[in-house]
Amino acid sequence: MTEKTNSLLYLDGVSVSFDGFKAINNLSLVLQQGEMRAIIGPNGAGKTTMMDIMTGKTRPDTGDVIFAGDVDLTKHDEADIATMGIGRKFQKPTVFEGHTVEDNIALALAGTRGVIATLFHCRSETGEGRIRQILDTIRLSHLRGNTAGNLSHGQKQWLEIGMLLAQDPKLLLVDEPVAGMTDAETEATASLLRDIAEDHSIIVVEHDMGFVRELDVKVTCLHEGSVLSEGSLDHVSADPRVIEVYLGR
Amino acid sequence: MIFTHFLKKGLTWPITLTILVILASAFAVPFLNLYLDTAHPLHIPNHLVGLYGKYLTYALLALALDLVWGYCGILSLGHGAFFALGGYAMGMYLMRQIGPRGVYGDPILPDFMVFLNWQELPWFWYGFDNFWFAALMIVLVPGALAFVFGWFAFRSRVTGVYLSIITQAMTYALLLAFFRNDMGFGGNNGLTDFKDILGYDIQASATRAGLFSASAIALALGVLITAAITSSQFGKLMIAVRDAESRTRFLGYRPEMVKLFAFVVSAIMAGIAGALYVPQVGIINPGEFAPANSIEVVVWTAVGGRGTIIGPIIGALVVNAGKSWFTGAFPEYWLFALGGLFILVTLLLPKGIVGTVRDGWAKLRPAKQPPAQDDQNKTTASKSGSQPQAAE
Repeated sequence: MTEKTNSLLYLDGVSVSFDGFKAINNLSLVLQQGEMRAIIGPNGAGKTTMMDIMTGKTRPDTGDVIFAGDVDLTKHDEADIATMGIGRKFQKPTVFEGHTVEDNIALALAGTRGVIATLFHCRSETGEGRIRQILDTIRLSHLRGNTAGNLSHGQKQWLEIGMLLAQDPKLLLVDEPVAGMTDAETEATASLLRDIAEDHSIIVVEHDMGFVRELDVKVTCLHEGSVLSEGSLDHVSADPRVIEVYLGR
Repeated sequence: MIFTHFLKKGLTWPITLTILVILASAFAVPFLNLYLDTAHPLHIPNHLVGLYGKYLTYALLALALDLVWGYCGILSLGHGAFFALGGYAMGMYLMRQIGPRGVYGDPILPDFMVFLNWQELPWFWYGFDNFWFAALMIVLVPGALAFVFGWFAFRSRVTGVYLSIITQAMTYALLLAFFRNDMGFGGNNGLTDFKDILGYDIQASATRAGLFSASAIALALGVLITAAITSSQFGKLMIAVRDAESRTRFLGYRPEMVKLFAFVVSAIMAGIAGALYVPQVGIINPGEFAPANSIEVVVWTAVGGRGTIIGPIIGALVVNAGKSWFTGAFPEYWLFALGGLFILVTLLLPKGIVGTVRDGWAKLRPAKQPPAQDDQNKTTASKSGSQPQAAE
């Protein structure tokens, strides 16, 4: 069981069903420290449900979900898991629309989360520096004071990635980061994720094959709630079962 | 130190101005009432002092509701319950102050207990002969109810219209309970016939002026604390919870705790408002728990502008002044007018009076953008300037 203790994230035999429909079926997946992984799969393959399980939103019926070698994620809720170091970007960009770009990052910034702590919170010099650095990374420095609700779709996606960075998680779960982006934005996002991957572990769910190719990482293809194929993108896309799933019989 | 910093953070110029105006009224109204001759054009007659004082307690109640509704997205349709509980706690103190001067002359038991042939004071009336104890209960009872209610409701992730309905059920249940004679709170008639408060005759115009000032000061403190809370990092978190609750959870926050804190603070403010209301109107009865009362508070807040500090105060004052005039002129039509007002405001001024004025102001002054950027440049410049100093 060295795989279980050495890996960052270890899923084994995970199943969950909703009203008899098996959304995840005996799924096993291992993510190493510092690894970036792309998850592909047709609609309804269970990609988002898998992220729900990893972040505590959904409890699996059976199976192990182990984080950082010894934490059983099925026993913790969303807030606990977020504090332990798993950050999540949603499929539909979810930012605090009424707040400025700066405040969105400030709220995500790692720090204490209690009522009293936030009530008497004063931003430190290091916090200020972190915000400036993150805004630079996600290229939104010039929009710092703008209301997040007025950003373009692509900018919201970046802001949400920036919020993930501010959390400083060990593992980032990124759900469809380039949906609705222009080609130029997609390319920029790929290079942004590659930069982030240098010191974080990342799981990216994406439909856009061009984008996945750009990431140039190990790919896992899900189908009907379990792993269909795993390996390099060339290996996976050459797999006859994958072709069958994508093109139909 | 950290607390004064916390309070100062809320003091923007509109908030400071609002607090100063309220505090000025705390001195001006009693002065114009007590020291000017009744024939003087600026003289404020006694009955108006009581009426204005009542409006101020309503304003505090509306501000309390705005803290949870406008800033945290919890539409409470039961805030009248916290107001009434604070009122009952004050009423119990005032009843015990009557002493042997009641109609039946019993030295301990209030009249309604003698009338019901009760032999001794129920345990929950103990201690209410002391003002400090009553003051404690004014804060503790609404706060504790809000804590227990919020603990279960927010942890079970009850939100939106379902939460509104159970807050309404809460105040309705209390209404029915307080109507019962054997609850020991005077049943249908409630508590009334008060004689004095802190040793002063409650009917005397100086006492009434003092109660007005107390209401104004309480409102000013309410504004100060609400402004401080909403402009802190916690205030930003409240708005984040209002707009995207599950997102805050995935950032590691516990939105149920955010809501619980806001709800308890709000209930305490509402309780204090109720406690100041009772001696000024001279009675508290179960009617204060009526669901319609709580809904009326929502209308005041919506009219004034939710999610702003000044809005609910303006709303409470404007709607209640309108109500006083309207119920005099066309008594049968007030509820129609109130309902119509709510519909009109929702359709035409969704941000309320203050929100609309503020938006209009912002549109009139588009030139405000460049100076703001200048400020930012200055701060970054001064910060980068301070770094070498730190290095030395």
